[in-house]
Amino acid sequence: MSQTTLIVGLDGSDAGKRALDFAKARAKLIGDCLILLVYVIEWSPFSFQTAEENEKRHVRREEEMDLARERILTPALEAAKTEGLTVEGIVKHGDVADILEGLAKKHEASQIIVGRVGQRGLKERLFGGVTGRLVAASSVPITIIP
Amino acid sequence: MKRLFALGATATALSLPTLAAAQQAVTMDQRVNDIFAGSTGWFVNLIFMNLPGTNFPWIVLWLVVAASIFTIYFGFIQIKAFGHAISLVKGDYSDPNDAGEVSHFQALTTALSGTVGLGNIAGVAVAVGIGGPGATFWMIVAGLLGMASKFTECTLGVKYRNEYPDGTVSGGPMYYMTKGFKERGLPGGRFLAIVFAIFTIGGALGGGNMFQANQAHAQITQITGDFSGLITGVIFAAVVFAVIVGGIKSIAKVTEKVVPFMGILYVIAALLILIVEADKIGWAFGQIFEGAFTGLGVAGGFVGALIQGFKRAAFSNEAGVGSAAIAHSAVRTKEPVTEGVVSLLEPFIDTVVICTMTALVITISGVLVVDPATGNFVLNEAGTAIQTVDGSSGVALTSAAFATGFSWFPYVLAVAVILFAFSTMISWSYYGLKAWTYLFGEGKTTELIFKLIFCFFIIVGAAAQLGAVIDFSDAMIFAMAVVNITALYCLMPIVKREMNSYFGRLKSGEIVKHEH
Repeated sequence: MSQTTLIVGLDGSDAGKRALDFAKARAKLIGDCLILLVYVIEWSPFSFQTAEENEKRHVRREEEMDLARERILTPALEAAKTEGLTVEGIVKHGDVADILEGLAKKHEASQIIVGRVGQRGLKERLFGGVTGRLVAASSVPITIIP
Repeated sequence: MKRLFALGATATALSLPTLAAAQQAVTMDQRVNDIFAGSTGWFVNLIFMNLPGTNFPWIVLWLVVAASIFTIYFGFIQIKAFGHAISLVKGDYSDPNDAGEVSHFQALTTALSGTVGLGNIAGVAVAVGIGGPGATFWMIVAGLLGMASKFTECTLGVKYRNEYPDGTVSGGPMYYMTKGFKERGLPGGRFLAIVFAIFTIGGALGGGNMFQANQAHAQITQITGDFSGLITGVIFAAVVFAVIVGGIKSIAKVTEKVVPFMGILYVIAALLILIVEADKIGWAFGQIFEGAFTGLGVAGGFVGALIQGFKRAAFSNEAGVGSAAIAHSAVRTKEPVTEGVVSLLEPFIDTVVICTMTALVITISGVLVVDPATGNFVLNEAGTAIQTVDGSSGVALTSAAFATGFSWFPYVLAVAVILFAFSTMISWSYYGLKAWTYLFGEGKTTELIFKLIFCFFIIVGAAAQLGAVIDFSDAMIFAMAVVNITALYCLMPIVKREMNSYFGRLKSGEIVKHEH
């Protein structure tokens, strides 16, 4: 059988960390397994910006990605590697649900693992949380870690 | 009854000292106005000089001819590429790996927030007030033709933008004038760029600043009653100062988010009024078409309608002026033509859609006085404009027209006007700053000097009278167009080459939509 891929959504929170721990445990049981760590920077191409923001957008984008790699992704990757696991990291701008789903398709992942973000704001009520939208759209099983 | 009388007496007593204060303020405003009008008059006269032996300003001909030439030269690009423009804005052709960069949608909306504004509300009222409903026809024609001018300048803006080592981008006519002319081996690029930058600073202080402050003040006094423009000016200047000097991004951010909704609200309100008065739409279009060619007895007749239509359209959508080339140039694309194509939506949304709405509402609402005997419009005493029901002009006229449909609308319009004015000022402070740093170099002190001058002119604009401000604003914006269009003529073969190459590859299937 070919390699199993698990996609883990990281967001720098404890829930994300727990999702990663869960994935690590699964991976050790599966054996030949790739854990794909994904950090998504929320961004929409349909937002409104000032001319000055546009001028500096490219620089900001690089900074945001560097920061995500440096603070969250790299430490998680190093830790997982020392445990003898196969891991890769990706930083992307966009909508969390869309990106995780897109990557799951691209890598033929067997499941997506995310932490539950316990926000109960008005926005969540109206539009559904990230996890809610992910569940609604996903083509692979999703494990939500409380 | 007694109570009412007592109330009246108190009100009179209260208003006496304020009246005296107001009179004093008016003389202060008057002084600002006189100094301002006196020092700018010669330039205004030069720009609006009539063609020899006619009463047709040469600058209007200049704009019309340019837009027509670009339309023909690029094979009616505004019609051919309209569908593709929408597709690009939707992000169909955006590389997913560029997520997080400036999208076509963002570049377009940023540019739009600089153009959609008082030109659409006040400018149209000025055009219809002076030129009659027929001016609307010429405004739409100018908007449609202007799409080709926008296409030309924005393609060049992206192609010749500067990308600095730190990753920031800076573009605009100054850069295509210098780099483009060099590439074609033409002389004078640097000279044009300098002249353009000077006029851009003037345009930023005029149309992008004083006109906005002036009309925002006019709208506020509509509701609160008359008070000195200096007060509005100082408040506006303080807020703009906080954003552009103080770097308080949150204010600009809020505006950028609220302004689009204000724009949509404005269009919806206009549509509602038009739906309610649906039976008059046929008549209004009749007035627009008939007036376009006969003038229907307005000031200056047919030519007056045409001049007003073209002038206000150019002022509103800024096609050929060069400002959009600055705003659009930050987009992430490998193909400069794509942003040119996207930019042609700008005059369409600004002029063909929004300005037409305003013009229709003004025409239908009956705020313009018609002689019942002849069916023609009645001119005011001076014979300079159509007489209006309450004697208002500019933004106040639009406000009165909308109030016939919704009595509360002037309040919404007041908020919209203030926000539009504010976002246009922020946009133009950026254009002006780009021109300023092009001339004087980048650096904290030089930038600060410009920003302080900019804030000072907000106060002047709010205090001066509409006529003087409009003249100066127009003159500066059109002066930019004189220089910019000259450069566009010289560089249009480059745009054509780019356009043919891009659409060729699009047709052959080399450029494809991305999966999202």
